[in-house]
Amino acid sequence: MSLYALQKLLYELNRDSAVQAAFAADRETVIARYRLSDEEAEAMRCDDIGKLYILGVNGQILMHFAAWRGLAWDEYIQAMKDALAQHGQVRGGIYAAVDGGKGGAL
Amino acid sequence: MSLVFAAIMSHGPGMTARADRADPAVRDPFFATLERLRSKLEDSRPDALIVIAAEHFANFFMNNMPAYCIGMAQDYEGPIEDPEWLRIPRRTIPGNPDLSRRIVGRVMERVDVAYAEEWKFDHGIMVPLNFLTPRFDLPVIPVNINCQGPPLTPLDRAYQFGIALGEACDSVPERVAIVGTGGISHWPATPNSGKINEAWDREFLARWLRNDRSALTAYTDEETLRDAGQGGFEIRTLISVAGASEGRTGELWFCEPIPIFATSGFVGVMDVGPDETAKAA
Repeated sequence: MSLYALQKLLYELNRDSAVQAAFAADRETVIARYRLSDEEAEAMRCDDIGKLYILGVNGQILMHFAAWRGLAWDEYIQAMKDALAQHGQVRGGIYAAVDGGKGGAL
Repeated sequence: MSLVFAAIMSHGPGMTARADRADPAVRDPFFATLERLRSKLEDSRPDALIVIAAEHFANFFMNNMPAYCIGMAQDYEGPIEDPEWLRIPRRTIPGNPDLSRRIVGRVMERVDVAYAEEWKFDHGIMVPLNFLTPRFDLPVIPVNINCQGPPLTPLDRAYQFGIALGEACDSVPERVAIVGTGGISHWPATPNSGKINEAWDREFLARWLRNDRSALTAYTDEETLRDAGQGGFEIRTLISVAGASEGRTGELWFCEPIPIFATSGFVGVMDVGPDETAKAA
């Protein structure tokens, strides 16, 4: 599990437009700078917001990355719900779903 | 001089980003209460506003995470989020580095704090400012308590930090106001966003209003996570305002769950300030 490195990549993307530009121009090179697992790298490759949630990314980091990748609020929430149904509970961090991910305000 | 204003309020980004989706029957009285809080703040004629917030990885990360940090910059930029997303335009907010430096120095006599001469505000500060200082013209001193990346500072330590901050404000000639922003119960940015434990919120606020240090700091992190969600860790910011107002009690102005804001909308005000003391005497 390299959740720390994954979250660091997202943290730097969220706050640094230079990293965002590099990511947009050559995603593979930016991803390679961080010690990610194959699963984490693949989720970053395809903007798999739901999978990033399952891998344990803190929601306070993930929601801004999701917004930058063009997901509206309801789409972001739905991506996490769908991923829970597909992959099961969150595997790390402190942002695990409760009540099976049901409820919430949509 | 002693604090001229001490209050707590919620800061969920939904308060601006998704305001149009909230039930007007609850939203409108909540926003009217925030307007009343703005008037009270202005009436206290503050020279500066300390905002104790729980930021969300805007400036601080787990590579070097301070438990407590106080801003010491000339000015601050915010929001760090996409302004279109938060629906608060990006702008520069004035600071007061000289006052910050004196406050940091005084707090350090009691509590080890980090300081920062660079700081970008996220919704945790921008949302409260949007309601309390809509012209963004009052000098702000940001304070962060790490409520995101465990290990987290113990709750009683947050109360002690508040005491130190209150004493620091007593030691300067400026009129200083303080607002704490955060939780209370919420499961933010998760599939459960909108889940609110109203009974837990009301019990926490009851402890806050009577400024009951032992009851405020009795929660374990395990209990908070179970009953109040990840967002519940942000009670540290509210507890520190109680510490800064030690010996005073408060008044609840508003508390109602607003699911699309992800938390209860709440406003609590401590009875502080020389004017209030004079009245009591």
